[in-house]
Amino acid sequence: MVYQHHNESRKPGGDFSYGHLWGSSHDSALIAFTLHLADDALILGHRNSEWTGRGPVLEQDIAISNIALDLIGQARNFYQYAAGLINELSLSARSPEDQNSLFNSSDTTEDSLAYLRDSWDFKNCLLVEQPNGDWARTILRQFFFSAFQYYLYEQLQSARHAGLAAIAEKAFKETAYHLQWSSEWVIRLGDGTDESHVRMQQSLDLLWPYTGELFRPTNYELFCIREGICPDISLLKPSWDAKVLEIFAEATLAVPRNVWMQSGGKEGRHTEHLGYLLAEMQFLQRTYPGNDW
Amino acid sequence: MAVYTDYIKEDILSILKQVNDPEVPVLNVLDLGIVRDVRMQDDGIEVVITPTYSGCPAMDVIRMEIRMRLMEHGFKNITLTTVLSPAWTTDWMTEEGKNKLLAYGIAPPHPTQVVCNIKQFQEEEAVQCPLCHSHHTRMISRFGSTACKALYQCNDCGEPFDYFKCH
Repeated sequence: MVYQHHNESRKPGGDFSYGHLWGSSHDSALIAFTLHLADDALILGHRNSEWTGRGPVLEQDIAISNIALDLIGQARNFYQYAAGLINELSLSARSPEDQNSLFNSSDTTEDSLAYLRDSWDFKNCLLVEQPNGDWARTILRQFFFSAFQYYLYEQLQSARHAGLAAIAEKAFKETAYHLQWSSEWVIRLGDGTDESHVRMQQSLDLLWPYTGELFRPTNYELFCIREGICPDISLLKPSWDAKVLEIFAEATLAVPRNVWMQSGGKEGRHTEHLGYLLAEMQFLQRTYPGNDW
Repeated sequence: MAVYTDYIKEDILSILKQVNDPEVPVLNVLDLGIVRDVRMQDDGIEVVITPTYSGCPAMDVIRMEIRMRLMEHGFKNITLTTVLSPAWTTDWMTEEGKNKLLAYGIAPPHPTQVVCNIKQFQEEEAVQCPLCHSHHTRMISRFGSTACKALYQCNDCGEPFDYFKCH
């Protein structure tokens, strides 16, 4: 009962995975978009947390862990919001007897959304699930994503949906700080030693194909854009490009040309890396369901 | 059990003053500026709070502590509401709170309109050393022991210190 809606999305690519259950395109698109924002933040937050205790120096171990904390906090806000929407809708779709049952009234929680969905339900972009690699790759992944999140949250603050706008307003200042921190590191490593420059350029060649997806709207995003819930993400690209090229110029890094851009993560078609990440992240709740501390 | 109409908002606030930030124990929740409202109802009380950072792990502890303190004073039906907008800013920290931070050895946040808006925060801030009060200090790391602090060191007296960064 609780996860009935997840069965609807077993088909990879079913990006309106909630539409079937509740009928309304508006509701299903809003929930899918909210989960997409949550999943992006959670998965990158988890990736960053893999550095905790292993950072190159103590200060940067603390820095990347703090960024993980910010991102997981943002994810919690989005998941709580999505859980509220899902519960409201599933309650109103129930028979009167069911509606009176206390046990059914709050089936979905931030935790169930994070820990009990499988990879095809996750709507994060491919970029954030890519493995940490070395410090250069982690830094560049953060920079690409923070630059995107910065312009997204800037616009989302004035979105028509008060709930999403409030989360974006809260997260915007945090994201600006992440962007600043990661920009400094991209420059330091790109324009650093021969070794650090090579590693940055290798990371750039590896990660660049995952940046196109950020600005390519899925069906649920197109719906939300039309409804004024979501800014037109394709229009964020010029600002993002300008920021990235500005930093790369200082970092002496060159953007690869004629690259095929990968996509699919936002619609549940992921690289093999996400499954391994979830296996670790979800282990406890899968092994000891409902365990609390 | 307390009769709610006997209390006025100021009484509640004086109770909340006993709730400290577990990570910066020298500050209480009013010093931090995270209590946004207290609403008295006929049969209960609602405290409206806002988080400092989205992922601040102290918030869960603070929520519990507020509830415990109010229960100690006989209150029941306590509702804690979290709001995100308007987003918390260090400008809401009280002057008293800033003085407490300084005495505790943490440099207090600058007013945000001076240095820390989004466009300008790239520029280095002149943070005053809490020990010798020199402005001749340098940033060690943008992130400190908690999300709300950065690491600095004084070039004159050598003191390493936390700066409660403006936000």
